[in-house]
Amino acid sequence: MIRIANAQVWVHDQDEALAFYTQKLGMEVRADVTLAEMGNFRWLTVGPAGQPDIAIVLMAIPGPPVMDSETAEQVGSLTAKGFTGTVFLVTDDCHAAYEELKGRGVEFVEQPEERPYGIDSSFRDPSGNPIRLTQVRETAAV
Amino acid sequence: MASVPPARHLLRAKDLADARYFEPLVVSDLAGAAGLSRAHFSRAFRSAFGESPHGYLLTRRLERAAALLRGTDRSVVDICSSVGLQSLGSFTTSFTRTYGMSPTAYRAAFPPAAQHALIPACVLRAHGRPQRRTFREDSDPAPG
Repeated sequence: MIRIANAQVWVHDQDEALAFYTQKLGMEVRADVTLAEMGNFRWLTVGPAGQPDIAIVLMAIPGPPVMDSETAEQVGSLTAKGFTGTVFLVTDDCHAAYEELKGRGVEFVEQPEERPYGIDSSFRDPSGNPIRLTQVRETAAV
Repeated sequence: MASVPPARHLLRAKDLADARYFEPLVVSDLAGAAGLSRAHFSRAFRSAFGESPHGYLLTRRLERAAALLRGTDRSVVDICSSVGLQSLGSFTTSFTRTYGMSPTAYRAAFPPAAQHALIPACVLRAHGRPQRRTFREDSDPAPG
């Protein structure tokens, strides 16, 4: 059986991303390892408290030799435009989660709204990655 | 601290249009969200996203209006004002030129909302926003 373990988002600043995903979203740090022998590459992952087997990799945009500078700049710019990926979160109570996150300073792009499939809202992480927060209607398959 | 790409600030302007299109927003409000002067902002936004901020805001409003026409039985006047547009005349003109038919005809051309497939709102919003067509009466008064 194949399962999802990690999925990655590009971030402009790992410390800033870590603070956002843990302090504002309430996620746990799953791994934070810096490898001196690999040019101080930092493997940084976070995940929701109730879901120990799935994590989001907060990946710094690398320079050479992984990416040439021009590519790194393009990836950085695309991430800043919100076009390198989306995190889809679900919750049992979108309105309550919205109030809680808003109280912690999360700025929402879409406030909770009724949709055919449930109640849906969205915000961004500090790098610009879109994050959706959805309360899926029980009868709807998404 | 890694440097923040300039596009991140422009995305704040785009997000403002997406979040509060129903308010009487104008381009200088979007420029403020990006922290740029009005003239510089319009050029930078177009360079990053390939269209003017005025065009983005207008097509977001038209996309929202189209969604309301398809998905509700609210009146055209009501829908016009609830997507942040003041003038029913220019709304009808912009809508007709963009979608090729009047708001009323557009509504009649679609089946009731309940018959649509359940597709996440983000997908509908991103893919449903019409491409800008430029016409004098609704074009950006400033260059860029």
